Formats: sequence, structure tokens, C-alpha cells
Amino acid sequence: MATTAPLTTSLPRSERRQRGWHRAISPLVLLLAWQLASTTGLLPVETLAPPTAVFDALWTMVADGRLADAVGISVQRVLAGFALGASVGILLAVLAGLSRAGENAIDPPMQMLRTLPHFGLLPLFVLWFGIDETPKIALIALGVAFPLYVNTVGGIRGVDPKFLDTARVLGLSAAERLRQVILPSALPSILIGLRLSLGVAWLSLIVAEQINTTSGIGYLVSDAASFGRTDEMVGGLLIYGLLGLATDALVRSIERKALQWRLG
Amino acid sequence: MATRLIPPPTATVRGVRRSFGGTPVLDDLHLDLVPGELVALLGRSGSGKSTLLRLLAGLDRPDAGQVTVPGTVSVAFQEPRLFPWRRVGRNVELALREGTRTERRDRARSALAEVGLTEKASVWPVTLSGGQAQRASLARALVREPELLLLDEPFSALDALTRIEMHALVLDVWARHRPAVLLVTHDVDEALTLADRVIVLDQGRIALDIAVRSARPRDLHSPDLVEHRERLLAQLGVELPGRVTA
Ligand SMILES: Nc1ncnc2c1ncn2[C@@H]1O[C@H](COP(=O)(O)OP(=O)(O)O)[C@@H](O)[C@H]1O
Ligand SMILES: [Mg+2]
Repeated sequence: MATTAPLTTSLPRSERRQRGWHRAISPLVLLLAWQLASTTGLLPVETLAPPTAVFDALWTMVADGRLADAVGISVQRVLAGFALGASVGILLAVLAGLSRAGENAIDPPMQMLRTLPHFGLLPLFVLWFGIDETPKIALIALGVAFPLYVNTVGGIRGVDPKFLDTARVLGLSAAERLRQVILPSALPSILIGLRLSLGVAWLSLIVAEQINTTSGIGYLVSDAASFGRTDEMVGGLLIYGLLGLATDALVRSIERKALQWRLG
Repeated sequence: MATRLIPPPTATVRGVRRSFGGTPVLDDLHLDLVPGELVALLGRSGSGKSTLLRLLAGLDRPDAGQVTVPGTVSVAFQEPRLFPWRRVGRNVELALREGTRTERRDRARSALAEVGLTEKASVWPVTLSGGQAQRASLARALVREPELLLLDEPFSALDALTRIEMHALVLDVWARHRPAVLLVTHDVDEALTLADRVIVLDQGRIALDIAVRSARPRDLHSPDLVEHRERLLAQLGVELPGRVTA
């Protein structure tokens, strides 16, 4: 999750498709081996259900609506936490990036807090906010705020001073300078922050949903665990992964659109 | 220095000093720019030409002395400095503070038309050639009809043929809008081709101030211009082979 794909790969399309195909072989072989290990009894179902069982379980959860409910609730948590963390992170970054006083006030504490592993704060959050939605959303927000803060500040500081001079000679107001020059120039770096922060958001969700949850994907998994249903457990984990992939793809398509000016 | 009573200067520099780290780059500099006058500013690299331009553009302040400029000043730099994240037309529009969005768009389009870039309004700057980008930058500087146009070596990164085209273009738009122009260049022939007046910056002051009266287009081999060139080169400290400089 911490890596970023380049805007475009330089390989021609046909070669890219062929490489994509080649790269699919080893996962398929592993999947097959997993299935074989289960059917031959090498891998007992109490330890790990076979792929076919996982898909059956997922299908059942889709059919009876449990999956949609769980995904809906988990996605809501991520959205709420992300919205909160992203607004705070970007707002602080703009304040710190635009003025020396803002930087002096905001940057040192942010850099100090950043080194704190935020999952370690979970018990404290439970103490402060109880065990319902609030600590979960707070954990996600906290995780999201830092990568966005760091990358946005970096982007704002990296604005070419020549463009700032140009903005001045064109007579742009402070607000226009922010909107027309600083933010667009910082956008590539903000989008990197966005991808990182979404990765952290899903990770934080998984951790947050470990605490006394009665709904969401985490509940699906822990409920399955109490019944020894490894098929449903693996199915739930798969859903977490797919959701992460989906938001990553979303940001990448935003990147392609918003950064079109780089390629013309 | 010649005092001009009529017309009154549009921009004045009075006893300006600007130092960096204790070294004065401009030192008791005086300069008047008259409305509609095209002045070329020559000087060795590091003589303070860009420093003077930044003062006139309001990007920097003098340590001593006074700089007075008219209400609308435009600047074009050596690099076009178009914002790469805004389409060419929007780049030009950004120079306009007044009017509705439609009015600004129309004015930007006609400024682009003037520099021959009508069809480039909706492309990204990255797709322009060096000469086209410099023309777009000129359109952005001209679109608000400045009283003073500051050009900092705008042609020095262009190839020779494009540069000749740009000279014609600059003379054309200058003849039409008649701003006072201060054109920084390191090219003596460029200065003599374009300017009404050529000044040389040396030791922090205007060391030479030559009025060029020949009509345009100019023949650089005419006796007047040959003589001007020799004086300018001598002032710039360029030794010509086979000649003894005084
Ligand atoms: N912001 C600055 N800080 C320190 N020194 C500067 C700065 N701007 C210009 N200078 C110095 O002032 C001198 C004149 O620079 P400049 O005006 O750019 O020269 P020119 O445009 O004639 O080549 C140079 O020695 C340069 O290093
Ligand atoms: Mg310079």
C-alpha cells in the first residue's frame, strides 16, 4: 500500500498485457495448491477452508444480505474517519505550509505525534470514547491525517518560487494564489498522501473492528471465528482487501484525470 | 543624464541601492522610462539587470532610493513560466483581474490571436514548443494592456530563427499598444534592432545611454548602428580582434 504506481508505464500496451498475464500464473498456482492441499486432507478445514468453500461462504453471505450490511457499515466508518482525518490533515498542512508562524506552531507537534504508532492509542481511545463508533472513527481519522499532512506540506513547500513570483506579478490575491498556483502545484504530492492515507484508513478499520464490534466486516470475521468458520473468516478478509484495492484504483483514476497536464 | 521634460516619465528609479550580503549590486542608480519608449538594457552577466527588473516589477524592494512605476506593469521572463496545470487560455486569463469570466476569456483569446496562438487556447502548456510558450507568455503579459512591460531576456532560450520571428512580433505588438518597454538582453544586435534607447548597466549604475534614432526595420551595417555597436561593446568590455580599444 505504501508504494505508488507510476502515472503510466513506458511499456507498449501489448507487452503490458502479456506481462500482466504472466504475472497471474504464480497466484493461480498457489490457489490451486491450496485447493489440492484441502481436498487431499493435508490442510484441515478447521485450520483453513479451501478456496471453493471460501467462495461458497461469500456467496451465502451475499445472498442472505449479511455481506452488504457489513460492508455498508464498515465503509461508513472509513468514510467518516477519512473525511475527518483528511480535512484536519489538509487544513493543518495548508496553515503550516503558507506561513512561517503556522509552520512553527503546527509542524513540530505534528512531526512528534507522527512518530507515535497510532494503533497504540486504541486503548486510550476506548477509555475516552467508549466502545461504540467514536473510537473507531477517531482511530481511522488519526491514521489518515498524518500521511496527508506530511505530503501536503511537502507539496506546498516544493512549489517553485518562480511560480509564486509570477503569481505576484500577475496580481493574484492570496486566495487565488492558493487555488491557482499552490494547490495545483502540490496536487501530485497530495494525491500520493491520499493513496497512503486510504491504505492506513482500511488498516485502521481492521484494527478498530477488533474491539467489541457488533456490526461491520470485523464483526463478520470475529463471529465466524467463534464458530470456527474459517471459510467465512477468510471471505471477510478477502472483502477488506478488495475494498482497499477499489479505493486505490479510484485514487489512481483521479490521478490520471487530475494530472493530465503533465503529459498533455 | 538627459532630463526629459515632455512627456513625464512613466517609471522612475531614483538613487536606488540594492545589496546582497554586503555587496552592492545596484548603487545610486537613476533611470527614467518614458511612455511608449522601448529601452534595451544591456550588461554583463551578474551586473544586476534582473535585480533592477525585479525592483520595477515590485518583486523586491530597494535598500535605499525610490522606485516609481505606473498602475499596470507586466513581466515576461526568460522561461515562459506558464502554469503547467492550467490550459494556455486560462494562463492568459489569470492576468486579468476585472470583468466577467466571459469577458476575460474573450480578451485572453484575442491576446492569443495577436501572438498567433488562436488555436492553442485549450491545450496544456507542456504541449507547446519553446517559441509558442514564449509567445503565450507574451500574450499573458500584454493582455492587461500594461503601461510598462518588463521583459527579462525573453528570447535568449530560443533558436535564432524563432528569435527573429519574436523580434518582429514584439515590435508589432509594441507599435499597437505602445507600452513603455524595458527589455533586458545580453545581445547587442538584438538591442540595436529593437530599441529606441540602449542603456548599459555597469558597476551598479547606468554607464552608457544611447538613443537609437534610425527607422525600423534597421540595417545593422549602417554607419550609425556600427558606431553604436562599437561603443556598446567597448562599454561591455568586449575586445574586438584587430582593434585597439581606447
Ligand atoms: N536573491 C539574491 N540573493 C543573493 N544574491 C543575489 C540575489 N539576486 C541576485 N543576486 C546577485 O546579484 C548579482 C546580480 O544578479 P542579477 O541581477 O541576476 O544579474 P544579471 O541579471 O545582470 O545577470 C549577482 O551577483 C547575483 O548573484
Ligand atoms: Mg538576469
